[in-house]
Amino acid sequence: MRGTRVTRREDERFLRGRGTYVENLDLPGALFATFVRSDRASALIRSVEVDRARRCPGVVDVVTAADLALAPFPPMLALSNQAMVRHWLAADRVRFAGEAVAVVLSETRPAGVDAAASVTVDYEPLPVVVDPEAAAAPGAPLLFPEAGTNVALDLQFGRDEALFDGCEVVVHRRMVNQRLASCPLEGRSAAAAWGDDGRLTHWSSTQSAHAVRRRLAPLLGVAEADVRVVAPDVGGAFGAKMDPTPEEALLGLLARRAGRPVRWTETRTESMLSLGHGRAQVQHVEIGGTRAGRVLAYRLTVVQDSGAYPAHATGLPILTRMMASGVYDIARVEFNSTSVVTNTAPTVAYRGAGRPEATAAIERAMDLFAAAVGRDPAEVRRTNLVPPGAFPYTNAVGTVYDSGDYATALDRVLDRAGYAHLRVEQAGRRAAGATVLTGIGLSMYVEVTAGPSAPDEWGAVSVTTAGRAVARTGSSPHGQGHETGFAMLVADVLGLPLDDVDVVFGDTDAIPTGTGTLGSRSLQTGGMAVHRAAAEVLAQAHRLPGDPLAAGATWADAAAAAERHGRPLAAEVTYRGTVSTFPFGAHLAVVDVDVETGHVALRRLVAVDDAGRIVNPLLAEGQVHGGVAQGAGQALWEEVRYDGDGRLLTDSLAHYAVPRAADLPTFESELMETPTPANELGAKGIGESGAVGAPAAVQNAVVDALAHLGVEHLDMPCTAERVWRALNR
Amino acid sequence: MIPAPFAYERARSVTEALDLLARYGDEAAILAGGHSLLPAMKLRRTRPGVVVDIGPCGRELGSVRVEGDELVLGALVTHHTAATSAVVAACAPIMADAAGRLGDPQVRRRGTLGGSLVEADPAADLPGVACALGAAMVVRGPGGERHIPAARWFGATAPLAPGELLTEVRVPVVAGAGWSYQRFTRRAGGWPVVAVAAVAHPACGVALVHMSPRPIRAHGVEMALAAGATAAEAARLAGEGPPPPGDLDASPAFRRHLATVLTRRALEAAGW
Amino acid sequence: MKVALGVNGHAREDDVEPRLLLAHYLRDVAGLTGTNVGCDTSSCGACTVLLDGRAVKSCTVLAVQVDGRQVTTIEGLAHGASGDLHVVQEAFRRCHGLQCGFCTPGMVLAAVSLLADCPQPTEAQVRAGLEGNLCRCTGYHNIVAAVLAAAGPPGPPP
Repeated sequence: MRGTRVTRREDERFLRGRGTYVENLDLPGALFATFVRSDRASALIRSVEVDRARRCPGVVDVVTAADLALAPFPPMLALSNQAMVRHWLAADRVRFAGEAVAVVLSETRPAGVDAAASVTVDYEPLPVVVDPEAAAAPGAPLLFPEAGTNVALDLQFGRDEALFDGCEVVVHRRMVNQRLASCPLEGRSAAAAWGDDGRLTHWSSTQSAHAVRRRLAPLLGVAEADVRVVAPDVGGAFGAKMDPTPEEALLGLLARRAGRPVRWTETRTESMLSLGHGRAQVQHVEIGGTRAGRVLAYRLTVVQDSGAYPAHATGLPILTRMMASGVYDIARVEFNSTSVVTNTAPTVAYRGAGRPEATAAIERAMDLFAAAVGRDPAEVRRTNLVPPGAFPYTNAVGTVYDSGDYATALDRVLDRAGYAHLRVEQAGRRAAGATVLTGIGLSMYVEVTAGPSAPDEWGAVSVTTAGRAVARTGSSPHGQGHETGFAMLVADVLGLPLDDVDVVFGDTDAIPTGTGTLGSRSLQTGGMAVHRAAAEVLAQAHRLPGDPLAAGATWADAAAAAERHGRPLAAEVTYRGTVSTFPFGAHLAVVDVDVETGHVALRRLVAVDDAGRIVNPLLAEGQVHGGVAQGAGQALWEEVRYDGDGRLLTDSLAHYAVPRAADLPTFESELMETPTPANELGAKGIGESGAVGAPAAVQNAVVDALAHLGVEHLDMPCTAERVWRALNR
Repeated sequence: MIPAPFAYERARSVTEALDLLARYGDEAAILAGGHSLLPAMKLRRTRPGVVVDIGPCGRELGSVRVEGDELVLGALVTHHTAATSAVVAACAPIMADAAGRLGDPQVRRRGTLGGSLVEADPAADLPGVACALGAAMVVRGPGGERHIPAARWFGATAPLAPGELLTEVRVPVVAGAGWSYQRFTRRAGGWPVVAVAAVAHPACGVALVHMSPRPIRAHGVEMALAAGATAAEAARLAGEGPPPPGDLDASPAFRRHLATVLTRRALEAAGW
Repeated sequence: MKVALGVNGHAREDDVEPRLLLAHYLRDVAGLTGTNVGCDTSSCGACTVLLDGRAVKSCTVLAVQVDGRQVTTIEGLAHGASGDLHVVQEAFRRCHGLQCGFCTPGMVLAAVSLLADCPQPTEAQVRAGLEGNLCRCTGYHNIVAAVLAAAGPPGPPP
């Protein structure tokens, strides 16, 4: 079954409206939590007045930090400046607009909203700093005076002033990889209920039930064994739901205080304000090489915006550094970064998490270098690719790429796109003085999946006496199709029909341990774990006296026989990945740019992606489509914007421009399969590839359309106004 | 997400609606399609004490008909109806065109012409089209019926007197006249950044959307055309006047630029 | 306030607050949790249901406004007796037109409404017809394919 397009079994419930999202949970007696949030970006809290709210009909309690008297909320990242302390509810100070200051517990949702509106907070304004470069500068207002700095994490690897010696051409450019909002259609949603046995059951819209349990247990002062976390159906996450935020973590405490279950589903406005944003890097790019087009040296210097409290994105420059040189064999690569706090929402992982930033920088740099040496951008890329025989390849900063065939990916994308014809069309329109110009943009990428921070995954397979296989996994899907993909793996090993395999996940009582679904790791770690567990079960069955399977017995018979012998057919595997894997690809975008209005239409997006051996091409392509759409979104439309006072301007889906069907073309997707020696499935991850590769392809296409008019660079999003300004400088 | 509490009254006739408006005064808000009022109430930007639902007045306020040389549309005519009506397509095709492109299919099924004209959002399409067409808004109130021409409807002061209800919109039948509605959005389904409505008919003219707090007639452009200027020459005047708004979608300078480009394109498409 | 309406072919009569949104009425009063709420500015379309057969955003309609009307939710789309999926639901399944599933009920119903108005849409018409619905997972590629597949080839000439 591996390698075939199998439609999904989980679709039945989604199509019939029977998704089990947390908000659909029936929880009798539960109180609704409604958070009161700061409308200031930077202020001392003089007082929080809750008496009026407490007296509102249907209100059971209104809780502030003073009522909780808790130790601070533990930092999300061990590496970041530990003096930058966050509280469960803002105590004496707020540091971003949308930070939670109080929480109302009510019998109904409307009662909570009504009461929250009557909580008044007396703020004393403090200076605001929104721009990360400004926050890094001397004299900037400090978000954490006790830290003495706004620097959350400094990653300095040295600076070699001679880095570009011997380069005939050196180009440098400041770029912005803009702040984005992941916008999963389902925002944060959670519920907590204590049992009479003293155990907490916590339902969460999360990427990892086990990560939630690991976080909650110490926060609540209970053993992990006393916390059951259930991740039901999850309506998207894209990296923003890897770890519970303080609001969610608070629910168990509130439930204990109230003696009743407590549930919470954020509104979209709350989500835009406080789920956490992605990307937000200011990049200084320097690239140098020979006039013949060979790149000799590359320097990337990053200022990472951490937002108000250091979270995952603070550490993502580590991944940006790992992949800084991309698919190119560049001898000298230098990277330094500083992560800085600002009075904005904390920045977290968002599809690609550090690697889209790396790809966008090197791919823009390659186009700038190609323009400087007067050569075709495809040919300059080809000149610098890591050759196919060089794998495993160690790049200049020490990242070891497992396998790759970059030249073929480039050939395939140029061929599929009809590159030569596109250049002819482009020249024709230029010569004719057309109003709408053609732009052609390339992006080649290699990215790291099953990265260094999450190599392990747990899996188990058992066969029941009814002849059904049950695969349990620590992976935690939220749209990726594990119920089908993992079942295919197990079905193949055991020789069972797909419908006879069940996949269980997302409940810490059923799954003893797990890492979760993030970093494009699930198939190659979680899939490997169930694959090996199935292989072990197969071996157990064949070791039964008389080898009933070989004699033609059914799995039901074999399972019954195993039970009789006191050794039910079951195996558990913790897959320990020792190497990360490196999917790669080449994307080409074709845009039509109206030089009068600046409007950019994305006409085509051709994607060649290689993630090793593909289990289910239907699902893999779906991941590519979704990632590419997000990549195009970054390139053309999306940007989180704050004003100078730290007020969030893009606080809704009316203002934050997630692309719609009419904005996008039908994508042209081709999958290559260069296997990886990293695991016996030969599989790499694909979940983030589209978002890693596509942005620069689209961005490069827009610049390409206007290059003959003197435009050298445009930052993303390449809006009509930016195009117009570039043309009318 | 959840509006503040309010009292709800259903008006089954215009007379009943007027009585309710008289009774509740400025505590009352009219609910038609709800796609201006309800979003504002859900974000608690407005908190009327009483919502008067005129949805049941469809018989009186939902018709599309021709009276002499006027196309008459009831205030409750939905965008979908305006977009798909053969009568509107024949008599005022620019209105059918604009009504079929605004918002999205779900919004067009509920949003009404009347609601859009009363709300008169600076970025709304139909007010701009009504302005270009030289429409007359018909209101009924305690003092009887009044006709308010577009110039006054979209003037500096709010046109509706207390207790008045918009019942109809009257536009000249402009069948056969050249027209064009040029609409620039940042992405699909978005509000226009700038739009230009042009109708080449003696009773009509050129109107600009999202260049000021209300749709405005581009008088400079119209006068230039009347004096014999080409489309390109006249369009250059579209950006003149008080500074247009700046927001997330566009700066004032970019809006000015878009206005001249879209005006030129509208004029050319409309046959000037 | 009393409101009487048909939901998926069943008559209901309930006493509701005027401010109760149709989306919350369907979820919390009628117990039909298939309709999802994804935003608070009428932007995402996840809450789309059919009102007298045509798509509307149930978050921007008060329950009291639809007194006497017929509402169809995703739960009411499959064929009653057999439970067979509606042709649009089946097309979404075949074409992998969903991933996390959260936008799916609204997207499917928007597609049903689109095809009712326009039985043989072009790709451009499908994309325009879904302007009221956001999806963050699929990039719309397979959703468009699903709607075109559900429309099927044109029937024989009359």
